Amino acid sequence: MIQNIPLSYYLVISTLMFFIGIYGFLTRRNLITMLMSVELILNSVNINFVAFNRYLYPQQLQGHFFMLIVIAVAAAEAAVAIAIIINIYRNFKSIDVENVDEMKY
Amino acid sequence: MLNQVMFFLFGAMIVIFSLLTVTSRKVLRAAVYLLFVLISTAGLYFALSYNFLAAVQLTVYAGGIVVLIIFSILLTSHVSERAVMAPLKESLLSALATVAGAILTLITILKFVFVPGTGVDPHQNITDVGNALVSYNRDGYALPFEVVSVLLLAAMIGAIVVAKKEKISKK
Repeated sequence: MIQNIPLSYYLVISTLMFFIGIYGFLTRRNLITMLMSVELILNSVNINFVAFNRYLYPQQLQGHFFMLIVIAVAAAEAAVAIAIIINIYRNFKSIDVENVDEMKY
Repeated sequence: MLNQVMFFLFGAMIVIFSLLTVTSRKVLRAAVYLLFVLISTAGLYFALSYNFLAAVQLTVYAGGIVVLIIFSILLTSHVSERAVMAPLKESLLSALATVAGAILTLITILKFVFVPGTGVDPHQNITDVGNALVSYNRDGYALPFEVVSVLLLAAMIGAIVVAKKEKISKK
């Protein structure tokens, strides 16, 4: 299945995805798009785990479980982040980080 | 030959749609591009013959998280609204920093020689994954499984408490 594709190709793709996510996190001003950039970063880390598991230790399952746990943490993080974002929207009528600059209560 | 074509197709889709995700001015469109990125990643897992991980990626990420994100976009902003980006100077500095970091990492990766494992054929059997997930023996993962279940419960309660209306607590 993986003939003719070296491991470094997968790592190149995940590296590009990781740094694109960081770029988005630095330049976006909307909380939801910043959350989407974080999802990109987490996803690129998942690709790394899975590719290392397949190429370097194909008889073991560590990469599988790291990837599953990262996905669970990402889902929990997205749920809590969206609850916070909706609460911020209720208080400030905006979710741009420029406008949300006071700590209420 | 065919797997190479599929790999490069998915890789190109991942990079292009990631770029569109972080640069698109329309928030809803950015969410749909993110969906394409996640589906292409599932395609990469299929290419590695890890069918279970690809299925998890499709259901949890592409099915769950993206739907959640689209819901919250529709709740908090108008569809025609254009996203505010950072000022030009800040964007250029960020691009410079990320390109420098990417080049450094890529050089390191391409110079390193990975020694491929000489194991038997990979676990394509979902039964193996499931047995390891609930096994508490040496190669079992019951403890992280339980920790993740507690984390999910805590996140669920936390999300409800954070997002509920104030009026209920004032009674």
